[in-house]
Amino acid sequence: MYPTPITDRAPSARWTYRAALYVALLIWILPLIAVMMTAVRSQGDLLSGNYWGWPNEFSLASNYREVFASSPMGMFFVNSLIITGVTVILVLILATLAGVALGKYRFRGRTWLFAMFIAGNFVPYQILMIPVRDLVVHLGLYDSVWALVLFHTAFQTGFATLFLRNFIAALPEELFEAARIEGLSEFQILRTIVIPLVRPALAGVAVLVFTFVWNDYFWALVLVQSDAAKPLTLGLAGLKGEWLTAWNLISAGALFAALPPVALFFFMQKHFVAGLTAGAVRG
Amino acid sequence: MKEFWGRNQAWLTPFLLLLLPAGLFLLVIVSSTVQSIWLSFFDWDGTGPKSWVGWGNYVELFDDPQFWVSLKNNVIWLVLFLLAPVFGLALALFLNQRLPEMRFVKSVFFIPLVLAHVIIGVVFTWFYDPTFGILALAFKALGLQPLAILSDEHLVTFGIIVAALWSQIAFCLVLFLAGLSQIDHELIAAAKMDGASGWRLFRHIVLPQLHSVTFVAAIITVIMSLRNFDMIAVMTQGGPYGSSTVLAYQMYDTTIFSFRAGYGAAIATILFLIMSVYIAWFLWYTLRNEAREQH
Repeated sequence: MYPTPITDRAPSARWTYRAALYVALLIWILPLIAVMMTAVRSQGDLLSGNYWGWPNEFSLASNYREVFASSPMGMFFVNSLIITGVTVILVLILATLAGVALGKYRFRGRTWLFAMFIAGNFVPYQILMIPVRDLVVHLGLYDSVWALVLFHTAFQTGFATLFLRNFIAALPEELFEAARIEGLSEFQILRTIVIPLVRPALAGVAVLVFTFVWNDYFWALVLVQSDAAKPLTLGLAGLKGEWLTAWNLISAGALFAALPPVALFFFMQKHFVAGLTAGAVRG
Repeated sequence: MKEFWGRNQAWLTPFLLLLLPAGLFLLVIVSSTVQSIWLSFFDWDGTGPKSWVGWGNYVELFDDPQFWVSLKNNVIWLVLFLLAPVFGLALALFLNQRLPEMRFVKSVFFIPLVLAHVIIGVVFTWFYDPTFGILALAFKALGLQPLAILSDEHLVTFGIIVAALWSQIAFCLVLFLAGLSQIDHELIAAAKMDGASGWRLFRHIVLPQLHSVTFVAAIITVIMSLRNFDMIAVMTQGGPYGSSTVLAYQMYDTTIFSFRAGYGAAIATILFLIMSVYIAWFLWYTLRNEAREQH
């Protein structure tokens, strides 16, 4: 192991390390602690300038009651859920198909298609903005959650294909040959062999795509206008203008919007990390 | 029919599999890119008729002081963002230990990575608030006048970059921790036996083994630095007086608020060309590795 394990050193070194570790941790998540502390404050605390001291009263519940009563936060949440959920499902299906095609079949133009998926994944959003907006208007999807589903599905398919292709290409060739000798059709192979084997990779893709789409702000800004279609990120940014200095409400809203990806991350950390590092670390 | 399928299955299968995903990607991503470049040669308000102006938008761009502000800020973003791999590696070396609570501690360090940039932007806006923010509090504690970072045209970009670095460092941390977990221990033990230690051990034995991770971390960080839009939009909207815009934000602002879609497309094209260098570099690296593995 590198660096030298601290457990091999003197106990004093171990305790110094632990202390440094927790100090670093505290500084690192100071922004989060601040938000949590503010979310439990009352308006009175803020008015009297008690921003960083101990709260005079705990009003987390009443803050949330006010957030949901005075803003369409609940609706934004449902919108985010629809946009993200549908996109993840569509991306998993499309990227599995493309991943198998690029990973297990040899045909002309294969490398070009693969390169297209990788490069497309990194283009600046602004080069897509005007034509995508026009496309969505022409399809009659402007200002609806389906506009966002359409764009995110197309864009994330690039990333997911890149990832799944590498995973599928690493599956042993003998498996496919044996199945073909057994007389399985290509689509039966896909269903009975590929999909069960790539399940862990699908989990990794699902968590990452969920996080990317849930956190999107730019496309919501460009493709959606009314509250009925806004996801949480866009809704929250709008409420910041409305609530001005009601930082307790803004903090409560921010925590609410951040919770789903953070919770998902804690439950599926292994898949998340494996997905993120797949391209960078080769075993 | 059955015979036809049997004979052509080999090439028809990948074609059918790719029809939807590649079709969608070509329609939405690739064709939009080409269309934007084409649009950059027109004068267009976004809805009315277009008129061809050739290189007109680009000529205007080079005389537009706002364009140079954006470009300068893009360079500042790019250079300062390269601190993310450095800090990320340092943090990874610090955290690569085995203690019972380490799994949890690492998870907490990863959190900024999964937070929306909008949320980080909102939180830092408030941090920087000259009356209520924690930064103002720190300044007052030292007996200094609080700085209004986000309304100071010389400091504003740096203030936003610090907020953005928070999550970018977390990203690099994840990569480097994965890289460190794959280091060849026997090589390290052998080097130690030969008397290597400290900086020399790190520089000549450890770092070369992290080469691939370092490259990916650095190049993705560069691409991310050029793509940043959300935080600027939420924290300053390019202000004060357009001093914190970058090309990505100026493009949006020009197209949506000044109704100049053709000019906006030209800005997007310039940004795309700059990023193409790094995208091509990444592509070359990935495809080369790919070819190497097949041999």
